[in-house]
Amino acid sequence: MDTYSFMRQVADSWGMLFLFSVFIFVVFWAFRPGSRKVHEDIANIPFRNEDKPATEADVIPEARS
Amino acid sequence: MWDYIKLIVVGAVVVLAAIAASYARDLPYMVNALTIMLAAVGLFIWTMRGLGDAKPSTDGYADGVVRAGVIATALWGVVGFLVGVWIATLLAFPSLNFEWAQGYLNFGRLRPLHTSAVIFAFGGNGLIATSFYVVQRTSAARLWGGNAGWFVFWGYQIAIVLAATNYVLGATQSKEYAEFEWFADLWLTIVWVVYLIVFMGTLYKRKEKHIYVANWFYLSFIVTIAMLHIVNNLSIPVSFFGSKSVQVFSGVQDMMTQWWYGHNAVGFFLTAGFLGMMYYFVPKQAERPVFSYKLSIIHFWALIFLYIWAGPHHLHYTALPDWASTLGMVMSIILWMPSWGGMINGLMTLSGAWDKLRTDPIIRMMVVSIGFYGMSTFEGPMMSIRAVNSLSHYTDWTIGHVHSGALGWNGMITFGALYFLVPRLWNRERLYSLKLVSYHFWLATIGIVLYASALWVSGIMEGLMWREVDANGFLVNSFADTVEAKFPMNVVRTIGGLLYLTGAIIMCYNLWATVAKGTAKADAAAPVPAE
Repeated sequence: MDTYSFMRQVADSWGMLFLFSVFIFVVFWAFRPGSRKVHEDIANIPFRNEDKPATEADVIPEARS
Repeated sequence: MWDYIKLIVVGAVVVLAAIAASYARDLPYMVNALTIMLAAVGLFIWTMRGLGDAKPSTDGYADGVVRAGVIATALWGVVGFLVGVWIATLLAFPSLNFEWAQGYLNFGRLRPLHTSAVIFAFGGNGLIATSFYVVQRTSAARLWGGNAGWFVFWGYQIAIVLAATNYVLGATQSKEYAEFEWFADLWLTIVWVVYLIVFMGTLYKRKEKHIYVANWFYLSFIVTIAMLHIVNNLSIPVSFFGSKSVQVFSGVQDMMTQWWYGHNAVGFFLTAGFLGMMYYFVPKQAERPVFSYKLSIIHFWALIFLYIWAGPHHLHYTALPDWASTLGMVMSIILWMPSWGGMINGLMTLSGAWDKLRTDPIIRMMVVSIGFYGMSTFEGPMMSIRAVNSLSHYTDWTIGHVHSGALGWNGMITFGALYFLVPRLWNRERLYSLKLVSYHFWLATIGIVLYASALWVSGIMEGLMWREVDANGFLVNSFADTVEAKFPMNVVRTIGGLLYLTGAIIMCYNLWATVAKGTAKADAAAPVPAE
C-alpha cells in the first residue's frame, strides 16, 4: 500500500475515532461531578491579581476569599 | 558581559546587512537589507548608550511592552484602514491610478498592503499586546524571559515594515495573506517562536492553579500560526541576495496547502486569538465572570478540532478532489455550532448586567462585536455549501463576509480592549471622553452596515449576472458589464470604510487625550485593602 492510501485509511478510521473520543472525553470531563466549584474558581481568575503578581502567601487557597 | 555580547552580535548584523544590500539582486531586497541595517544601527546605539545603567526593576507586571503594543495597534489600525479606504476608492474611480504612481501604488500593490496591515499589523499587534496583558494577570506572574517580550514586539514591527516595503516594490510570493517573501518568513518564524516561549514560560511560572480559558485560546493561536506559517512558506530562495523564491509544493497540493493556511489564519488568528480577548475583556468590562466556564471548555475543544478541516471550502469546483471539498464543506457547517456556543457564552456573560449597555459604550462595542462574530460565523458555513458557493465565490459577497467579520468582530473587540487597557496601563482615572467612544461606536457600526450591505447587493448581483444565459445558452453579460453595474455599491462601500476610518481616528485622539490630559489615579502605589 502506498503512503497516501495508508494515511488516508488511518485518517478516516482510527484517526477519526481517536480524535472523536478525545473530544467526547473532554465534554464528559467538563461535566464531571465536582467540577462546578473548580470552574467557578477558575472563572474568577480575571478578578484577582489585577495590579501586581501574586506572592507566595497569596497562593494558599484560603487567603483568596 | 551580556551587553557586550549583544553589541558584538548587533554590530555583526549591521555589517552583514550592509554586505547583503550591496550584493542585492533586486530593489525590494536592497531596501529590506537597508531597513534591517538601520534597525540594527538603532539598536546598537541604544544598547551602547544604556551600558552601565542600573537594570530596571523586575517587580510587578511587565506593562511597558503592552503599552507599546497598544500604541502600535492603534496606529497600524489607522494606516490599514486608510489604505483600505483608498483602494476602495480606486475600485469606484479607477482613474485615480495616477500615471506617476504606476507600478508602485496601483490596486494590485496596495491590496496586499491593506490586508497585511489590518490583519497582521493591527490585529497581530492587538493580539500580542493583549495576550501579554492577559497572561500576566490570569497567571498572577510577571512576563517570563526579561526583555524577550520586547524582542517579540520590535521583531514583529520589523517584519511588518519588511513586508510593507516588499509589496509596494513588487516582491511577493503571490499567496494570499502569506505574501511575505522567504527572508521575512524566516525572520517572522524566529519572532513567533520567541513569542511562544515567552507565553509558555509565563504560564509555566503561574501562581494560579489553573490556566484561564483565554490563555488556552491565545496558546492555540500561537501554536497553530507557527505550524501554518512554516508549512505554507516552504520555499527555496533563488539567491541569498534576492527576494525571489520558489515554492516546494506545486499544483493542487500547493493550492490546498495555501487554503489550509488561509482559512486557519481566519480560524486561529482572527478567531481563536480574538476569542482569547473576548474571554478576558468582556467579563472584566461587565464585571462578572463568564456565563458558563464549562461551555467555554467545550467551545475551545470543538472549535480547534473542527476549524483545521474547513479550508477546502475555498476550493469548490477546482482541481481539488470532490471528497476533499465536501469534507471541508461538512466541517464548516458543523463549525457553526461551537461558534454560536461561543457567541452565546460571550453575550450571556452580560445577563444581569444588560443595563450597562445603556451607560457604557465600551460594553456596547463588545456586544456588537460578538453579534458580528455570530453573524459572520453563520454566513461563513452557509457560503461554504457548494450550491451557495457557486453563486457567491469570486464575487464581492466574499469580501463583504470577510469585512463583516474583520471590521465587526475583530475591529470592535480590539477597540473595546484598547479602551479598557489605556486608562489602566497609563494609570488614569478614566477615559478622556465616553462621548467620543459613543461617536466611534456609531460611526464604526454604521460604516460596517453600509459596507456589508453594499457588498451583499453587489456580490449577489455580480453572481447572478455572471451566470445569466440567453435562450441559446450564450452568456448575457461581459465582465465589464458587472464592473459598470457595481459602481454605486463601490461608492457606498467607500463611504462605509470612510466612516469606520473616522471612528478609528477619533479613538486615537481619545486614547491620546486620556494619557496626555487625564488625571493620574490617586495613590496607585498604595496597597489595595483586602475585601
